[in-house]
Amino acid sequence: MRRIAKLTTNPLVIALVAGLAITGCASKKTPNSAADLGLGAGAATPGSAQDFTVNVGDRIFFDTDSTSIRADAQATLSKQAQWLNQYGNYRITIEGHADERGTREYNLALGARRAAATRDFLVSRGVAGSRLKTISYGKERPVAVCDDISCWSQNRRAVTVLNGAAGS
Amino acid sequence: MMKFLKTILLIGAMAAGMSAAVTLPARALVEIDVNKGNIEPLPIAITDFLSGDTMGAQIAGVVAADLMRSGLFAPIDKGAFIEKISNPDVAPRFEDWKVINAQALVTGRVTQEADGRLRAEFRLWDTFAGQQLAGEQFFASKQNWRRVAHIIADAIYERLTGEKGYFDTRIVFVDESGGKTKRKKRLAIMDQDGAEQRYLSDGSSIVLTPRFSPSRQEITYMSYESGQPQVYLLQIETGQRELVGNFPGMTFAPRFSPDGQRVIMSLLRDDGNSNIFAMDLRSRTTTRLTNSNSIDTSPSYSPDGSQVVFTSDRGGRAQIYVMGADGSAQNRISFGDGTYSTPVWSPRGDLIAFTKQSGGEFQIGVMKTDGSGERILSTGFAQEGPTWAPNGRVLMFFREAAGSGGPRLYSIDLTGRNEQAIPTANFASDPAWSPLLE
Repeated sequence: MRRIAKLTTNPLVIALVAGLAITGCASKKTPNSAADLGLGAGAATPGSAQDFTVNVGDRIFFDTDSTSIRADAQATLSKQAQWLNQYGNYRITIEGHADERGTREYNLALGARRAAATRDFLVSRGVAGSRLKTISYGKERPVAVCDDISCWSQNRRAVTVLNGAAGS
Repeated sequence: MMKFLKTILLIGAMAAGMSAAVTLPARALVEIDVNKGNIEPLPIAITDFLSGDTMGAQIAGVVAADLMRSGLFAPIDKGAFIEKISNPDVAPRFEDWKVINAQALVTGRVTQEADGRLRAEFRLWDTFAGQQLAGEQFFASKQNWRRVAHIIADAIYERLTGEKGYFDTRIVFVDESGGKTKRKKRLAIMDQDGAEQRYLSDGSSIVLTPRFSPSRQEITYMSYESGQPQVYLLQIETGQRELVGNFPGMTFAPRFSPDGQRVIMSLLRDDGNSNIFAMDLRSRTTTRLTNSNSIDTSPSYSPDGSQVVFTSDRGGRAQIYVMGADGSAQNRISFGDGTYSTPVWSPRGDLIAFTKQSGGEFQIGVMKTDGSGERILSTGFAQEGPTWAPNGRVLMFFREAAGSGGPRLYSIDLTGRNEQAIPTANFASDPAWSPLLE
């Protein structure tokens, strides 16, 4: 106990512990809103990747073992399409992801199908298909880590990633 | 490649007067029926092999560990031994072994040849019948002493069970380290008991689902290294890598055909569905086997190469189907409550192992090739990906207990009674069992 007490009087150690605690909490959440990113709405430069993430929303979520675009996701994707049509110089990768409640190879296919469904929706809203590519990560890249539905529902997602201006 | 010379040993003291009949398989009193689910492990005494150094004890230790982990043998504590074996060329005092209930006895010797090679001899004795059941010697380089021990364990297993052994085999798998949100995955290989682990990739890109070629010299796996996830071949000894085909979309879920001439895998279509293709590795021609608006994946050949078992959600949810190797006659075989995936055909041809999801849990099970006779061997929070030992008696898979942070490897025998954790340095997943080495 004495050793611990002594260590924690060191301000560097305290700072490190505090830092760990904060990242520990943050890893349970998905940075999907301005508040999560510590930004006020509208703080980002219009047309920037930050603007897209903060003010439009870069991801949609799916039901278990489903690749249907839900109503809430349709609203997000419509906003995405509008923004992408306004800022036409970005190339886009759509990442499809699955939660951990499936087997590896099936989930790779499921993530691919989610990415394709998302791409097709954006194309139906006028985004040029030539700007869009897809990739599946299956269950390999969760954003939320826990063993219950609160995390799984965040991991079943498609993320629209801006790759920088076309031709750049 | 390393070569093992093998000769059959006759017992020296008795050999002079022996006829050839003695070398025929003796009618052993000691035998194990691997099909019985409730057998008592056979008490066996494995003495330290005679040697001038620690090698004799090391080899005996690996032999004992192999046999014990099979669940079929109970090695007797050395402290109970009465006779000290001083000359493995003469018959032991069987009474001394019967009295400690050793039904089988292993003796041996390790010496170094003039050229530096290791010479390992062993004899297997039936103590109650008072006779030698097996006697062989092997020559190998010293660094291969573990393989020598595994080969001896295989010989003992085979002699006493009538089944081929599986100890002189390796596992290729994915080593996992780092946090889940950016986990580092590396291809790794080790002996089936977890020893001699080494890496085959550096972890700079995600790698998944390695599988052995029948020659054991090569694996096929999936990697994100090009940016687009695709199937590769890797020569284990040389490290030479090669992309399998040149497809526009993701390729995944690869496996070799039993003759090693083809790789069968899934190819993502532009519409988001996945179909199964086979690629001839010589001619580089591809054959489409499925063409449905569904997820068709995880193909696995029957051992004669005539059929393929795979996963498809064409019926709404993931189920197991069987088709001809040309894509003909695609029939669903799984009809239980839940979803089924990762089917793998047994090397014996008689069973298909699978992962089943039901009631919020993951199960490892087996069914006959027509889908009947389903048996669940293991149930857990998250587990999947069975792979068969080459004798078709044991499965290895990976399991992640809730809150454990990552998966580990386990083996389980077909009775479902003998589960063993496989020691790995880090978290581990996607195991694939090699054929028997030669």
